[in-house]
Amino acid sequence: MPDPIEKVSIIISKGSLEGIYPGLIMANGARAEGIEANLFFTFFGLDAIHRGRLDHIKVAAVGNPGMHMASLVGVLPGMSAIATHMMEKKMEAFDIPGIPEFMELIGDTGCGMYACKASVDLFGFAEEDFIEQVQGIITVGEFYEIAAGGEIIFT
Amino acid sequence: MTVTTIAGVDVDRNEEGFLTDPSEWTEDVAVELARAEGIDPLTDRHWEVIRFMRAEYEAKGTGPTVRILGKTSGVPVKELYQLFPKGPAKLAAKIAGIPKPRGCI
Repeated sequence: MPDPIEKVSIIISKGSLEGIYPGLIMANGARAEGIEANLFFTFFGLDAIHRGRLDHIKVAAVGNPGMHMASLVGVLPGMSAIATHMMEKKMEAFDIPGIPEFMELIGDTGCGMYACKASVDLFGFAEEDFIEQVQGIITVGEFYEIAAGGEIIFT
Repeated sequence: MTVTTIAGVDVDRNEEGFLTDPSEWTEDVAVELARAEGIDPLTDRHWEVIRFMRAEYEAKGTGPTVRILGKTSGVPVKELYQLFPKGPAKLAAKIAGIPKPRGCI
């Protein structure tokens, strides 16, 4: 049997609902398996840890073939909100937590959470903009130090 | 599947070490299984989780995931990871002699 995975560092770079959940599920699942895990939020992925934004994450209604809806329809006002509402109802039925609850759970599992310094500077954010689970704003070099000895997954 | 003698009891286990027949489980088996996972001794809080896992399995036919365990067992998620650092639902299920919970979240 191959050696089990002992450590993963997962990068979340997108700010849509479908861009954020997979990384969160993989990080939480890693911890459930006893695997050391770290989450690194960069670019629009920062919305997942932004106090004012994490409760308003939306599904992309335009340019998203997975929605099986013409982009021309997706541009109509409110379409993204409708699609998000439908997705959230479906997820609730399957007992998948909302993003705020999920972030709290993942923090409690002992997963590390970090914000990308370049993106934080670019968007003009500061430490107080982020949820308490975030352990620091770090450079890419520091990320590689934290990720050393494990697998890196980019989402 | 292999048969091993644990705490004087012959138990059937799968390749991951989970008991395949939960009725073969005894509290002494649990103590030995925990020791093999580096958990020694089992505290009252460990037992609370182990008994909860068995009760859930009996009621629902499957053990709860960490999230459900944190919501329903009376032991919060942070403490679950302190009690079972190598994965609370997975390890508690193993020690409780029930199959590994298969939920993703």
